[in-house]
Amino acid sequence: MSVPAELRYTAEHEWVAMNGPTATVGITDFAARSLGDVVYVSLPAEGASVTAEEPCGEVESTKSVSDLYSPVDGEVTDINGDLEDDPGLVNADPYGAGWMFRVRLPPGSGDEDLPPGLLTPGEYEELTKDSD
Amino acid sequence: MPGSSSNPPEKPSGPRATPLRAVHEQLGATLTGFAGWLMPLRYGSETAEHLAVRRAAGLFDLSHMGEIAVTGPDAAAALDHALTGQLSAVAPGRARYTMMCAEDGGVLDDLVVYRLAGEEFMVVANAANTATVDGELRRRSAGFDARITDQTADYALIAIQGPEAVGILAPLTDASLGDLKYYAAQRATVAGRPVWLARTGYTGEDGFEIFCLPDDAEPIWNALTSAGVPAGLVPAGLAARDTLRLEAGMPLYGNELGPDVTPYDAGLGRVVKLEKPDGFVGAGALAERATSGPRKVLAGLTLTTRRIPRHGYTVLADGRACGTVTSGALSPTLGTPIAMAYLEPDVTRDPKPRLAVDIRGRAESADLTDLPFYRRSRA
Repeated sequence: MSVPAELRYTAEHEWVAMNGPTATVGITDFAARSLGDVVYVSLPAEGASVTAEEPCGEVESTKSVSDLYSPVDGEVTDINGDLEDDPGLVNADPYGAGWMFRVRLPPGSGDEDLPPGLLTPGEYEELTKDSD
Repeated sequence: MPGSSSNPPEKPSGPRATPLRAVHEQLGATLTGFAGWLMPLRYGSETAEHLAVRRAAGLFDLSHMGEIAVTGPDAAAALDHALTGQLSAVAPGRARYTMMCAEDGGVLDDLVVYRLAGEEFMVVANAANTATVDGELRRRSAGFDARITDQTADYALIAIQGPEAVGILAPLTDASLGDLKYYAAQRATVAGRPVWLARTGYTGEDGFEIFCLPDDAEPIWNALTSAGVPAGLVPAGLAARDTLRLEAGMPLYGNELGPDVTPYDAGLGRVVKLEKPDGFVGAGALAERATSGPRKVLAGLTLTTRRIPRHGYTVLADGRACGTVTSGALSPTLGTPIAMAYLEPDVTRDPKPRLAVDIRGRAESADLTDLPFYRRSRA
């Protein structure tokens, strides 16, 4: 199972890549493996406001449906349209082509500072070790 | 646990492993608890496994299924009494899909029964129901000269399913596969090991089920793998098995079948032989149901959304609740969500209402679809 060192994580198995005021969000390799084949991803609309720790979409796999949580507060600037035609990208490349949406953090927050409540790679590995 | 040493454990903890557990682990399978057994859910992508079975072949470990031997001079009569079907009419070497019902007509299990010889039957039960079926067969065979033996631990069961199955298996067996008809079984060897070889399955494809000794399971699995991989065979888990049987319109106990459902509700009245001369357990209730018409009908639904109707979701007719989804999935073959659902009989007749499935608060429109969703083309 892969847990890239440059990312931050949530207890709901999302990953976050910070780039200045913008956060890119997806679900982790652990989540993708646990779900099985992802067959449909419902994403928030571009321009929508999202709130940290609140559901903003759904991930449907063959066996289950899970809420997608936003790890951060902000406005959705971009969604991964490729997932519409090929939701399997989430399984094939969860940290790359399987990314889900981008959020611009509110002015004055973020930058290099981590949003509060996110897990380090070490903490996330610890979390998934227990539930593996 | 400290302080509990006065109660030594009597049962092994955790689920039972099949004789192929090491093989599954070596293949990197995701294992899951299922009906008390540790079973492969998938090896990689369950969608790819499903499509491989439709296009080439898949190899399944079904060793969790129950095998119950019914033997003796009255074996056929005992089964005629215990089950809905007329097993005495099944010729040796042939199999029959049948059910065990309660006195009130509710389904206790759906079964495949093989007549291995005149006085020797093998009843194959769902893993979750094997103990129930075994107990009921014992109870119901009182007064018959028949012996009931749960042989589940004596068999491993491997299925090879898909259009390439016959070509992969043929060089590995002494059986003449061209003469082995659908729902027939015979003694044979596979990879030099003695087996009961049956042309049965639960995928909607041509294929075989191989009942072998537990110690022979691994060599047979490996021989089929070596012979099959060049033809596109892959190992396939329970996740693929579930979507394959759903596309094929086959019921799953616990979803479409249960003690609150009669065979007629499930559209499987054909398995009930009311004309059997000496009656059978549940015959009275089932005779009544046969004439009164079903309270609900099992129907197929196809959706246009990408969201999946799942077990337990409500079906709506012109906005009003009219039934419940029993199984649903994105059909790998068709590319659309499909479901089986129990519906009020009225909504399946003209004038048909607008149907939808309530998927977590949103009504997603659905079309009635004849079962099965998928039927293989026969060469």
